[in-house]
Amino acid sequence: MKETVKLITGNEAIGTGAIIAGCRYYFGYPITPQNEIPEFMSRELPPRGGVFIQSESELAAINMVMGAAAAGGRAMTSSSSPGISLMQEGISYMAGMELPCVIVNVVRGGPGLGGIGPAQSDYFQSVKGGGHGDYHTITLAPHTGQEMLELTMLAFELADQYRNPALILTDGLLGQMSEAVEIPVNYKPRAFKKDWAMTGCKGRPPLIIKSLFLKESDLEENNLRIYKKYAELKKKETRSEAFQTRGADILLVAYGTSGRICKAVVEAARAEGIKAGLLRPITLFPFPETTLRKMAERSKAVLVAELSMGQFKEDVQRAVGDAAPVYFKNRVGGMVFSMEEILEEVRKIARRKTGGRKRV
Amino acid sequence: MEIKTVFSKPESLFDTPFHYCPGCGHGIIHRLIAELLDEMGARERTLSVAPVGCAVFAYHYFNFDCMEAPHGRTPAVATGLKRVHPDHLVFSYQGDGDLAAIGTGEIIHCANRGENITVIFVNNGTYGMTGGQMAPTTLLNQKTTTTPKGRSATQEGHPLKITEMLALTPGSAFLARSAVSSPQNIRITKKYIRKAFEVQDQKLGFSLVEILSPCPVNWGLTPVQAIRRIEETVIKEYPLGIIKDTIGP
Ligand code: SF4
Repeated sequence: MKETVKLITGNEAIGTGAIIAGCRYYFGYPITPQNEIPEFMSRELPPRGGVFIQSESELAAINMVMGAAAAGGRAMTSSSSPGISLMQEGISYMAGMELPCVIVNVVRGGPGLGGIGPAQSDYFQSVKGGGHGDYHTITLAPHTGQEMLELTMLAFELADQYRNPALILTDGLLGQMSEAVEIPVNYKPRAFKKDWAMTGCKGRPPLIIKSLFLKESDLEENNLRIYKKYAELKKKETRSEAFQTRGADILLVAYGTSGRICKAVVEAARAEGIKAGLLRPITLFPFPETTLRKMAERSKAVLVAELSMGQFKEDVQRAVGDAAPVYFKNRVGGMVFSMEEILEEVRKIARRKTGGRKRV
Repeated sequence: MEIKTVFSKPESLFDTPFHYCPGCGHGIIHRLIAELLDEMGARERTLSVAPVGCAVFAYHYFNFDCMEAPHGRTPAVATGLKRVHPDHLVFSYQGDGDLAAIGTGEIIHCANRGENITVIFVNNGTYGMTGGQMAPTTLLNQKTTTTPKGRSATQEGHPLKITEMLALTPGSAFLARSAVSSPQNIRITKKYIRKAFEVQDQKLGFSLVEILSPCPVNWGLTPVQAIRRIEETVIKEYPLGIIKDTIGP
């Protein structure tokens, strides 16, 4: 696969990845800090025969996505936290109807209208379902412009393969920063046979796409079937990056923007002689719990760094169990920790460890 | 004696008995749609969206592709379908709670975009499925389970004439109101729906037919009384006829 390199923002990288992945239907409503995505799609989709609609609300946007996805189109929307909250009903329906789509959440600090600074405070909403009912959204967390592009492409594939909404979870820092991104040329997106899609009943019985099952045993059966897909997702699609984890005494765990900062922290710590490493989940659902547990068993301490009030830490703690003590560093509300702030935490843990106490 | 078939089930309807209450208008409206799709030869290229409400199970009867949508969002879902399949016949089927209360945003902007879809808007002045609560279209003084003393203009506002509101959007091409209250009105209803489908196929813009329909159960009337109520009372608030026709006869 040939590539060309371009200096683009993370939000544009998402749009670029979507178009390369064959997305031809975009529906969205303006909200900061993701406006570069609809603006990009409004420029780039029509010349390719695609459809761009600026909807009257996020509610309308996700329901247009639902219709386009039901019709067999590769469809997406993007928004930021409050807008994503509005979409939750539609996302729940789409999970119940088993319709694929890609949703981008360029997270801003909450609750409420919050702020527009980078945050990771929609973690629970993203990975635990978000709307009503038993379901999950495939959740991918890029940490560079390059990953914004690649994981968006992957999100379309996973959504189609597992017939489930897939979410890109990022923030304005990654969305608005310009970076050199390698863009694939002549990429052929994987084609999926969509014999479940609404195309008219010529030559086949009529199709019904629905999430309503009034008979309790039918609904139970439907949900169990959907959860089988999640089990398969866990087995086959869990992704994470291990960064300098070989022989690491202190294991940092962080995703997205925090993960990126922690890479610099690990390098600085190693330069000081502290054996630190980073496990960076790329998929947040499915969560790389087995990998994390194994790495925690080999380390002496785990340090979680996140831009929320411990939402991510809950999942890390659950996976680590009693394998190692879990330390925590966070900033919230759109504040971002500096590399030095986290490094100081690492130093403290290292000092405790060499201080000869049992609890590192 | 020669035996002739004078009445049969349209191909566009399954042979499933309707679950609707006796005297309900939904069954008639379903049948009109099905007859038209047969006559237009459009069954195999029809994509429909069922609402949340009594007609949520429309897909049990429609012998063509059908999907559900969240309450009020059928125009947005239909927009998505139509944009992917611009040459298919796409219609949404909505009740008054769905269209005129929770879905006001979607219907107005769908019309304003001139989206080439057709909306079948069934106005029976109540929330049928949830047990007869007040709808935006409920008449003044009409008793419902949430207006036990009758709808009052000062408390609950006036009956909403949303089809007239939609006429203000340049994107709407054909809007009409009819009733399934008499054989003649049923014939007119069919004529309007045909026109709406044709407008869509010619890509002339948004089309909608509002149909005054009886809900005897929640009106506390017999089927015959319910039909009489439409003719004597409801039509006064919601006059029948073509509300907007940018194409002409
Ligand atoms: S409740 Fe009213 S609208 Fe619903 S099926 Fe019965 S008669 Fe028809």
